[in-house]
Amino acid sequence: MTALLRTHRTDPAPFLLLAPAVLVMLSVVALPLVFSLWTSLTPYRLTRPETIGAFIGLRNYIRLFSDGAFWAAFGRTLLFLVIALNVEFLLGLGIALLINRITWGQRTLRTVMMFPMMFSPILVGFQFKFLFNDHIGIVNNALQSLGLIDFAIPWLVDGRLAMFSIIFAEVWMSTSVFAILLLAGLFAMPRDPIEAAKVDGCNPWQVFRHITLPFLMPFVYIAMTIRSLDVARAYDIVKVMTDGGPAGRTELLWTLIARTGYENARMGQANAMAYVSTVLSVLFTWYFARKLIAARRTMGGAE
Amino acid sequence: MSARRLKAAGLWVATFLLMLVMCLPGLWVVLSAFRPNREILAKPPIWVPQRLTLDNFGKIFGFGAEQVAIPVGSYFLNSLVIAMTSTVIALAVGIAGGYAFARFRFRGKNAVFLGLMLFRAVPGIALSLPIFMLWSWIGLINTRPGLIIVYVSLNVPFTVWLIDGFFRQIPASLSEAALVDGCTRWQAFWRIEFPLARSGIAAAGVFAFLTSWNEFALASQLTRSTASKTLPVGLMDFTAQFTIDWAGMCAMAVIIIVPALILTFLVQRHLISGLTFGGVKG
Repeated sequence: MTALLRTHRTDPAPFLLLAPAVLVMLSVVALPLVFSLWTSLTPYRLTRPETIGAFIGLRNYIRLFSDGAFWAAFGRTLLFLVIALNVEFLLGLGIALLINRITWGQRTLRTVMMFPMMFSPILVGFQFKFLFNDHIGIVNNALQSLGLIDFAIPWLVDGRLAMFSIIFAEVWMSTSVFAILLLAGLFAMPRDPIEAAKVDGCNPWQVFRHITLPFLMPFVYIAMTIRSLDVARAYDIVKVMTDGGPAGRTELLWTLIARTGYENARMGQANAMAYVSTVLSVLFTWYFARKLIAARRTMGGAE
Repeated sequence: MSARRLKAAGLWVATFLLMLVMCLPGLWVVLSAFRPNREILAKPPIWVPQRLTLDNFGKIFGFGAEQVAIPVGSYFLNSLVIAMTSTVIALAVGIAGGYAFARFRFRGKNAVFLGLMLFRAVPGIALSLPIFMLWSWIGLINTRPGLIIVYVSLNVPFTVWLIDGFFRQIPASLSEAALVDGCTRWQAFWRIEFPLARSGIAAAGVFAFLTSWNEFALASQLTRSTASKTLPVGLMDFTAQFTIDWAGMCAMAVIIIVPALILTFLVQRHLISGLTFGGVKG
């Protein structure tokens, strides 16, 4: 260790430097979360302010266990997560391998590839609401002009099609995130093992299966971690495209929570829902953060 | 041209076309922003644009003869002020915190670091519920400072994380040499370490700006009127209107995406190394 790092235990510098960050996080995140925990133990409604003082214990949480709408939304979020992540991963891997093979003009391709990443979720939601619109959307217009269909497909009006459209939007937005992270992994990969395997007579599939893929796994892991946290909190895209409709068929966890809290004004219940969902996702982060540190170690040389 | 090079060129063109198809949905929105609403609504559809116009942009900013219900101009100003102010504050807080993590050893370091990261995992809507109630009571609801404070807290963990990584890449021996030569630690920081980390800090600033610029979940609940509504919230207003002005909405989408495009392009180099250095190498 260098001299600068060897600070005295009583050196106040790091604590002073960290104070603003800690202060901001405590006052704008931690304190509200404590308040939110209290609210979840009351029957608080926005329309009846006096109810915030009424302590009802865990009743909101107990009610949650038998709340069909909550678990339906939970199931839909899980389904959304599993399908979207796997499709994004496979497409992203394909694109990364393709771009990695190109030696000349790769930079241009990478720039074009990143185009969807620059769209915020709210824009992606609006964009596909426009594209999948049954009257004027380009999807139906194209299908009709090509003579493939002679009626308008109700993309966002039918429950299953609406779910498909939302997943499609999510995949469009985030495939390039996977591609770029996996591409970074491919760049970091040493060439020697691949050359050696080729000399030993491995075919391209064997090289991919036994050398490239194992090396890429930490990167897959990191991409999955980053993405799964974002997908689990999906709100913007659904809000714009269907707002949970038709008839609640695309209601995900966070649209349901926002509806319970703001539209139905049942803040106590909404906070209980949010707490259960947040604790689940924080546990998730904690678990992956530890895995991430382990993955970092196995990659070596990074520390 | 050899067969090998021909094959490489073929592969490039094929990949390029594939990427272009991928970008098509976004490009269609951009194109629609320059077409009259009549053409977008036309049945049968008009595929080749007959007239490209800037009218949609003029109209949503209120320059046209017709009155528009959505005051995009003030939303734009709100977005700009809120995103820039919160970025500057988050950077100042993030530089201090990142430097502490990169250069000092102290008790509870890992706990504080993990704590910051855990806070980042709290979803926007979950945070919006208590903040909505608290801000209503202390009068911060529907104000620019109210949203700025929230955005600073959203950006601090990631900013600390990124800047920590950038400072670690600078050998500590450089500033030590400056200390030996008689610099104070403060001078060593500003003369040696800060200039070296500057491009990384700029990248962190761009990420923070984009987070604030694009944020919707919190803004949609904490803003009520032109006093503080941002562009993403304004875009939602459009969809709630009785007659949907698709061309106007596309124009608004373009206004939101253009700064994002330019900024992302500027930090492209860091986007790949930023995502991986920040994430993988810490």
